[in-house]
Amino acid sequence: MNQKNIDYIIELSNELRWQIGDDFHDNLTESIYADAANIVKDTVQVDNSKKRFRLDSKIDKIVTSKTFGFPIMFLILGLVLWLTIVGANYPSSLLASLLLDNMHPILKSGAASIGTPWWLDGFLIDGVYLAVAWVIAVMLPPMAIFFPMFTLLEDFGYLPRVAFNLDSLFKKSGAHGKQALTMSMGFGCNAAGVVATRIIDSPRERLIAIITNNFSLCNGRWPTQILIATIFIGAVVPGSYSSIVSLLAVIGVAVLGMGFMFGVSWALSKTLLKGEVSTFNLELPPYRPPRFWKTIYTSLIDRTAIVLWRAIVFAAPAGAVIWLISNIYVGNESIAEWTINSLDSFGFLLGLNGVILLAYIVAIPANEIVIPTILMLTVLVTGIDSGAGAGVMFELDSMNATGDILRAGGWTLLTAINLMLFSLLHNPCSTTIYTIYKETKSTKWTVFASIMPVILGFIVTFLVAQVWRIIF
Amino acid sequence: MNTKVKSACEMCAHFNADGLKKLGIHTDNFDFVVALAGNPNTGKSTVFNALTGLRQHTGNWPGKTVTRAEGGFEYNTQKFKLVDLPGTYSLLSTSEDEEAARDFILFGKPNVTVIVVDANRLERNLNLVLQILEITDRVVLCLNLMDEAKRNHISIDVRTLSRDLGIPVVPTSARFSEGIPELIQTISEIANGNIVCKPHKIKSVPNNIEKAVKTLANEIEKEFPNIPNSRWIAFRLLEGDTQIINALKAGQLV
Repeated sequence: MNQKNIDYIIELSNELRWQIGDDFHDNLTESIYADAANIVKDTVQVDNSKKRFRLDSKIDKIVTSKTFGFPIMFLILGLVLWLTIVGANYPSSLLASLLLDNMHPILKSGAASIGTPWWLDGFLIDGVYLAVAWVIAVMLPPMAIFFPMFTLLEDFGYLPRVAFNLDSLFKKSGAHGKQALTMSMGFGCNAAGVVATRIIDSPRERLIAIITNNFSLCNGRWPTQILIATIFIGAVVPGSYSSIVSLLAVIGVAVLGMGFMFGVSWALSKTLLKGEVSTFNLELPPYRPPRFWKTIYTSLIDRTAIVLWRAIVFAAPAGAVIWLISNIYVGNESIAEWTINSLDSFGFLLGLNGVILLAYIVAIPANEIVIPTILMLTVLVTGIDSGAGAGVMFELDSMNATGDILRAGGWTLLTAINLMLFSLLHNPCSTTIYTIYKETKSTKWTVFASIMPVILGFIVTFLVAQVWRIIF
Repeated sequence: MNTKVKSACEMCAHFNADGLKKLGIHTDNFDFVVALAGNPNTGKSTVFNALTGLRQHTGNWPGKTVTRAEGGFEYNTQKFKLVDLPGTYSLLSTSEDEEAARDFILFGKPNVTVIVVDANRLERNLNLVLQILEITDRVVLCLNLMDEAKRNHISIDVRTLSRDLGIPVVPTSARFSEGIPELIQTISEIANGNIVCKPHKIKSVPNNIEKAVKTLANEIEKEFPNIPNSRWIAFRLLEGDTQIINALKAGQLV
């Protein structure tokens, strides 16, 4: 290679560029299109006597229409949630009775028979094993229903239509329309939603999408919402309405989350992340009838198994930590009791309590274990005898029993509502935080994305608690 | 029992089904690199899965593949490493995913590039195909979604298309694994030099531009004999593409 010749080539190209003028790029593009048209003319034949894409455009007219677009979206979301709530009940209690009612005593007596010291047996079986068993019993059934249904919708081609419907809302809040897609991914898992923001080209809009993805209720939080709504909000109305009212409450929280997503995106695009909204082409792909069994299989193997595995990995050490802080005493109090007592007054301001705040600290690695932690800590504080020892996570046979324990712990309707709000508005789980750091490579934005939702959560629950106490 | 024959190729003596082994993510010591390019939402990831036996998540929305996925398969004791590039409509602009796709084809120098196109939207898909044909001459066109084309009453003359483009064309319905054996066979033949492509070069260029391109391409060929994409480099130089100018200076284009 001769550097002089290379320089000559580049010089020549500069000279020729002047000669051929400004239209070069357009001319080249036009030539390509002309060639493509020629080739297609000779090779492709379309039978126009039969209408094409007829069904697709008919469906699109309905699901993206101004009148029906949103109602259909909520209807589909409601249906998926309802099937998840109803369908998960039975396998959940089956798994609970198997892993918790039957396996746990067997393990305990087995450990006793070989003379395991109480602390090792407590640490491993009451801490680690029970946490893992609880996560499997509670998480697996809803995920095994929710993920395949979500994947079927995705494979069918519904997600781009959601993006189409939400596009103008995102645009008005100064964000990218494709954020609707990353938001939908966030409904499954926020970490996945954060990775999916790579489809957004503009760094500014991508950052907005990353920061606000946490407002999509993720899979780890749906069960909490569903459980609390069923116990407390469904109980306010007569029995025949209770399931529909609790369903509406859960959808309400999910929609509120979307509201916060728009609001925070708007605020960011007006302050810290100012800039123009970029335009983009959103292609509505043809509807493709999903290959039903294959989709079910892959979504079970890939998504469900991966998310479940992650939950188990985090639940095991968390169970150990709960057992430890409940059994290590400083003076007369266990560490858990001491922390709860010192957090109680701050919790009261927020309409929550010390137990809930501590549970959220313990559950930073995985949102899935918030409810069992709360139950265990409540039992510890109220001294209700449930048959299990200190620091033992357990599943209760019926939702009524869960409700009784929580009420004995001083829970009211306000506590339930604020817990649902706080479950929506708090820091992302550790996996998501790590993913945000990997994607943004910025400590500043990672810290911001982690702290901002908690502060919002404090503000919102505080306001709700004050207003509630004035009214009631 | 009547076993369904998926394709004639699977039965053919030339296709060695026993020689096929899907390697998943194990791609050490490969013999050939195969790039998978195409427009968004044409089923690239599905083709990728069908070739490698992996279960890279696919979804019916454009831009699903955000990371460059890699996998492999073994055919007739040769190992092929497959790289799934992000879907792009063109290689002429400078968005991140277009650059990633272009750079891999240009600098990664894959032994074979498979372009996956949607048979229902061939004309628009050809925009990318014609651009890639300017860069590399070892290409096979995977005419995917043939099942949908059939439903839409679109028929494509595969032989004429293949002759016009100067590259092998393999019709497939990757979702149902139809045409995948033929695709594997074709990839292997191109990699081993049994099929030599004479790719279509962009024709309908205005005279003054064509003249400038020729002058420049000649100079480039003088300096780098045997370069397959002198014309494309000329296009990019005329466009003032600084990345290509720098690559030329650094000698990365050969």
